[in-house]
Amino acid sequence: MHETEHQHPPVRYRTLVFTWVALGILTGLTIAASRINMGAANVWVALGIAATKSCLVIGIFMNLRRESRLFKFGLMAALVVLAIFIGMTFIDVLYR
Amino acid sequence: MSHEHRDDTGARFGMWVFLYTEIILFSGLFLLYSVALSKFPHEFGVASHKLNIYFGAINTLVLLASSLTMAMAITAIQRGKIKQTIVLTSSTIGLAIVFLINKFFEWSAEIGHGIYPGSEHLAELGPGVTQFFNLYYFTAGLHGFHVIIGATLIGVVTVLVKKGKITPERYVLLENSALYWHLVDLVWIFVFPLYYLIL
Repeated sequence: MHETEHQHPPVRYRTLVFTWVALGILTGLTIAASRINMGAANVWVALGIAATKSCLVIGIFMNLRRESRLFKFGLMAALVVLAIFIGMTFIDVLYR
Repeated sequence: MSHEHRDDTGARFGMWVFLYTEIILFSGLFLLYSVALSKFPHEFGVASHKLNIYFGAINTLVLLASSLTMAMAITAIQRGKIKQTIVLTSSTIGLAIVFLINKFFEWSAEIGHGIYPGSEHLAELGPGVTQFFNLYYFTAGLHGFHVIIGATLIGVVTVLVKKGKITPERYVLLENSALYWHLVDLVWIFVFPLYYLIL
């Protein structure tokens, strides 16, 4: 019985280890960047690095890059809902 | 040849749908954090300095390593290497336990310093620091709960691999438990800089 269309080819160990090394380097980077006083920019740099790390975990470890468009659309939908939450919250908080 | 109803892609998508709701769940806490941070930027810096950056950094590396072993476990089973798969999932559980032991010592030290929700010491430090630590304990606590669930799930998966119920032909349960585990890692990727690393 062939069900291989439901399964992805194996991701090579090398790819996974490189991803992990990149994640480690980005962790070092986020620590180093947090020790420099950039005012309000600190939190944006931290979020930028965290978002980059997330892309690596989601794309390679979670293998989203090899999933169908439906999976990616679902993630986009969740992030759009999140953006709406953030936008509406801050419209309320900042203009009270 | 008997026909077996089976849809691995559907099973994985079901897991992803659950993970989308998990993203929204944790986002609620991060949203509360961002509102509190904009209200008490100075106090959040003061409070963050009370957290031990070494515990946070080590636990970040531990979780990243556990995500690696879990991703490798899928490759191992796809290649038909059952023993390797078991070693890798067991390593993930081991790293999860290391994470929780670190968390235990970290929280013990903080509680020993009088920092816990509702403590008199926090009341003296004012509402900004109190909000920081309430959110910290809730977010890290909910995350720790996810670590326990994830490690338990991977434990069950490891037993099923040993028993031959999860095979190189059929391993979607291993994939789904790995997806859950990576979500645990993702949440920590945001918790670490936002709570431990504010200047």
